Amino acid sequence: MTFDFDRVELTDLSRHFGRRKAVSRVTLALQAGDILGLLGPNGAGKSTLLGMLATLVTPTSGTISYGGRSASRGGADVRGRIGVLAHELHLYPELTARQNLAFFARLHGLAEEPLVSTALESASLGDRGEDQVASFSRGMRQRLALERTLLHGPRLVLLDEPFTGLDDRAVRIVADRIRRIARDGAIVVLATHDLDVADGLITRMAVVRSGRLMADGDAGTGIRQQYRALVETA
Amino acid sequence: MNVLKVALLILRKDFAIELKSYEIVSTTLFFSVACVAIFSFAFVKEGQAPVDVSAGILWIAIAFSGTLALGRTFERERYGETLKALLLAPAPRPAIYLGKLLGIVTLLFATEVVVVPMVAFLFDAPFFTKPLLLVALLGLGTIGYAAVGTLFAAMLVRARTRDVMLPILLYPITIPVIIAGVRGTSALLATPVDEPVAMLWIGMLSFFDVVFVTISLWTFEPLMTE
Repeated sequence: MTFDFDRVELTDLSRHFGRRKAVSRVTLALQAGDILGLLGPNGAGKSTLLGMLATLVTPTSGTISYGGRSASRGGADVRGRIGVLAHELHLYPELTARQNLAFFARLHGLAEEPLVSTALESASLGDRGEDQVASFSRGMRQRLALERTLLHGPRLVLLDEPFTGLDDRAVRIVADRIRRIARDGAIVVLATHDLDVADGLITRMAVVRSGRLMADGDAGTGIRQQYRALVETA
Repeated sequence: MNVLKVALLILRKDFAIELKSYEIVSTTLFFSVACVAIFSFAFVKEGQAPVDVSAGILWIAIAFSGTLALGRTFERERYGETLKALLLAPAPRPAIYLGKLLGIVTLLFATEVVVVPMVAFLFDAPFFTKPLLLVALLGLGTIGYAAVGTLFAAMLVRARTRDVMLPILLYPITIPVIIAGVRGTSALLATPVDEPVAMLWIGMLSFFDVVFVTISLWTFEPLMTE
């Protein structure tokens, strides 16, 4: 039976790099359907937190539980339910869009078709599937990378600045895609500086500063005001 | 997904990329051929090659071109941080190491197909008296060298000084492999062929391979996780 979970819990999670505390004693619980906005200034520890959730960074102390299973105990099963879109897009520029998606589909043990064609259509790249990724604009790469992230239907979707380089239309398409996957039961963690886009998209917000969780709660409207009150006056 | 299946998938992907650019194959081959040619200009006088240098020259060409290939292979995974995407795959992480190792070994075998006849011709060296023993020496030596090199190249992929650090770390640790390779090959070039000595070095290389590959597979995951 395929491993799955509908809850992720971070308990007293810390990560230190030498004397620098990148993340310090963060406790947080995420449910299926959540779109958590991970907000904070540069160097706040957002990417380290995403790295730990992605099992790529080992916590110095504390635990992450994926439906009761730790990353070390879950191993490949846990990784198979995680999708990551980082600032670097995890695409091979020498390969075509189709070859990239086909490679990652097979890496997850999935049949190439119709998955790859559907993903290309979702990225609005149906007619560019045979073109090398090197020839794509940043926005096209970003859309392709998002589909690469979602190819295997991950339960936990980690997005680090997913709106970088996108025009207004593409931002709306990506935001709609994020809402749709959350509605389908994914847990989305979205690290972003773009508070305007986050406003109305995220359902919860967690504000991080100097590695510490300053606030965690439901996101209403007016995120910018809440964020300013928490970070800029702190 | 099992280890071998993922390793072969990564190997196939690397070949697909290489077929688009021929970047690593061409630079590695050019470098190894240039290396042997420079040695021949230096050592061969009036058509007479010095005795007992060909084994060393062959292994220097393999080791140097191997370092070049190792650096370039992981440079590809650095661009776009695709190594992280591989580490996120629902497969045992040592499969990534194995896939990369297979790629490097295949590339070095291809280099040896060109370089061995070239050294044999330019240095008048009787490499093919015992072809099976030669294949065993080259095969085992290449695997041992690539096993350590692949691990270090992966470790250094995020380091700014990776181009400098790779040979500094790699050469001291692979000295036993290079020595065994050179000594074993020299035994094959002796007249008459010193088969027992060649077999002894083949045994040593097999031992190094088992140790290096086992340690690399064991340490790959903890070394790649930050």
